[in-house]
Amino acid sequence: MPDLIISPGPHIKDKKDNAQIMREVLIALIPASAAAMFFFGRSALLLIFCGIVSAVFCEYLIIKVKKVPVTPADLLSATLTGLLLALMVSPVTAWWAVGIGSAVAIIIAKHAFGGLGHNIFNPALVGRAFMLASWPVMMTAWVRPFDAVTSATPLAENPLPVTYLQLLIGNHAGSIGETCILALLLGAAYLFWRRVIEWRIPVAYLCAVVVFSILLRLDSIFQLLAGGLVLGAFFMATDPVTSPVTKSGRWIFGIGAGIITVVIRISGGYPEGVCYAILIMNAATPLLDRYARGRIFGHGR
Amino acid sequence: MPKTFSGGIFLEDQKNLTADKPIRKAPAPALAILPLQQHAGCPAEPKVAVGAMVQIGQLIGDSEKFITAAIHAPVCGKVIAIDRRLHPNGIKLLSIVIENSGETTVHPSVTPPLPPENLSPDQIRQIVRRAGIVGMGGGAFPAHVKLTPPPGKKIESVIINGAECEPYLTGDYRLMLEQPENILWGLWAVMQATGAIHGIIAIEDNKPAAIRVLLQTLQNITLPQNRQNDIRIEILAAKYPQGSEKQMIKSILGREVPSGGLPADSHCIVTNVATAATIASTIKTGSPLIDRVITVSGGNIKNPANLLCRIGTPFIDLINACGGFLEEPTKIIMGGPMMGIAVPGIDVPVLKCTTGILSLSKAEMAESLVQPCIRCARCVDACPQLLLPNLLGDFSEHNHHPQAKEYGAQDCIECGICAYVCPAKRNLVQLIKVSKQVINSQS
Repeated sequence: MPDLIISPGPHIKDKKDNAQIMREVLIALIPASAAAMFFFGRSALLLIFCGIVSAVFCEYLIIKVKKVPVTPADLLSATLTGLLLALMVSPVTAWWAVGIGSAVAIIIAKHAFGGLGHNIFNPALVGRAFMLASWPVMMTAWVRPFDAVTSATPLAENPLPVTYLQLLIGNHAGSIGETCILALLLGAAYLFWRRVIEWRIPVAYLCAVVVFSILLRLDSIFQLLAGGLVLGAFFMATDPVTSPVTKSGRWIFGIGAGIITVVIRISGGYPEGVCYAILIMNAATPLLDRYARGRIFGHGR
Repeated sequence: MPKTFSGGIFLEDQKNLTADKPIRKAPAPALAILPLQQHAGCPAEPKVAVGAMVQIGQLIGDSEKFITAAIHAPVCGKVIAIDRRLHPNGIKLLSIVIENSGETTVHPSVTPPLPPENLSPDQIRQIVRRAGIVGMGGGAFPAHVKLTPPPGKKIESVIINGAECEPYLTGDYRLMLEQPENILWGLWAVMQATGAIHGIIAIEDNKPAAIRVLLQTLQNITLPQNRQNDIRIEILAAKYPQGSEKQMIKSILGREVPSGGLPADSHCIVTNVATAATIASTIKTGSPLIDRVITVSGGNIKNPANLLCRIGTPFIDLINACGGFLEEPTKIIMGGPMMGIAVPGIDVPVLKCTTGILSLSKAEMAESLVQPCIRCARCVDACPQLLLPNLLGDFSEHNHHPQAKEYGAQDCIECGICAYVCPAKRNLVQLIKVSKQVINSQS
């Protein structure tokens, strides 16, 4: 008689694993990365390369130090962090600065908290916040696409220096991966199609920005298309590790991030508020998971 | 629009392996092994001694208790042993072993009862009790207990569960195609016994042939007191776990069975298709529950099939009746791949609640290493009980069982959906089951 495996059910599993999820997010960022290289040329390529190499190197190093096996999910997750960080910086950022930012993201924001799945803050956003605090001049120097002539980011300008169409296409000054909204939306559509992200957080985030902008008599379409909001709403706020698992928590997370984004944009010290808005809501995530729980089946409303 | 519930997932059902194969009679086993505990509740006690000659349908095990089920001889022959034998659940339990003499004499106690229209609710319960009928969808809860509504609880609707939402299994589907009249008669009997006003047959929309056949039969059948007019067919979305009692009631009636409560608290009872068909044939012929339809399937079975087999038949006999394994089996499952159990040996017997025997190919099983939870919330979105399985898993891993209780661990229906969708491959449902056991043992 053969020896049979006795294991608890379910005896079949979905094919999707952690590595596959990371892979799909990376695929979704291909259009935005391509647009970055199209508009900002070789400097974008160099920044993306440095961001990813530094992140993967640090990830590998730490896992080796921890003496645990290196899995594809770990390396893909680090690649994603490095890429996202690079997409959020100005094209004039020095390559070594992105490398250091990536190292901070992986070593401090991720592994100091326990590694994959345990970090409280989105590592790429921590990396960017660190770079903004360390090199404020470099991180807020902007250039126009193609000719690299110094220019301000549309969010800092008054009156409106760009058209909505320009904002959609991306031929204006800004962080390399944040300007081309069409490319980001293409990636977001892929994420929805592959069921990698869930709709509540991005919808709540974007709607909150629109509604709050209207209440404050701002140009809500401009608020929606400018800066890092689209990248943030679809690729940062939806980071599963640092966003709530409860459904009502996701609504609160998105709305909170939207309101904080607009508040920082109009009265903060920085022209853009997406990064800090999401980081602040990251901090609220454990609370939301604790207190914004829904009703359990069979329990009264 | 087919009716449905929140949560759940669409599974590749793999039913094409056996859906078009008519129910075929499996040969009676040379050796029938009948555990005295095949049901929820108290075990039966042996009513025969070693050496006794028994005939088909003869009572061989019973108990004085209320929540129990009688056991009958599925073959003619000699009782060669009453001892502890390996049970599908992995432990050795007291079983009666009968060596088949090959004769087909039916025991004289098996006689048709009164004509159905003359039966009172109590008589129906008595017949069901004596026939040893239990929930044949996997639950194995004694049917006569279910047919006895708790005092003060009014049963309005009887739902016949034809969802069969587990992949691979097609026994209920074949019964709906081949024995629609029996299912309607069984529903009638349950309505009669419980005093229910409505009868509902619930079928998933991926089984259009079964829906068609039952609708046709319902139009042509005449049940006592014209009760066919009180019966309707409800079409449900093909989604796992649609066949779960609570989710089925929610889909059809829009009511939620209260936490810790029974369907009777929502004024209904749910009975499986096979149970209904068995109740009907018992009422017509007096035959106790000694055989049932099972699906033998999976990528590692040569000729998957739907078999009518005797209770107590060793699994290997039935697998051989389906051409045997394609390669050396690594795991054999009793039931469906989601909630079924991995059995400890190939010669464990078919029980009253065995819906299928599966031997999956390695590609179908896809075992992989557990990774860290990335909090993707796929389990949260899929959980039909609206729980937070990833957090419940964390609590269980850290022995924080009181917190698991606070987060509703006891409301888990153990459907396994959380472990199925988990991209980190954590066995969440197993972790939650551990918490449930600890909580229950402490209260």
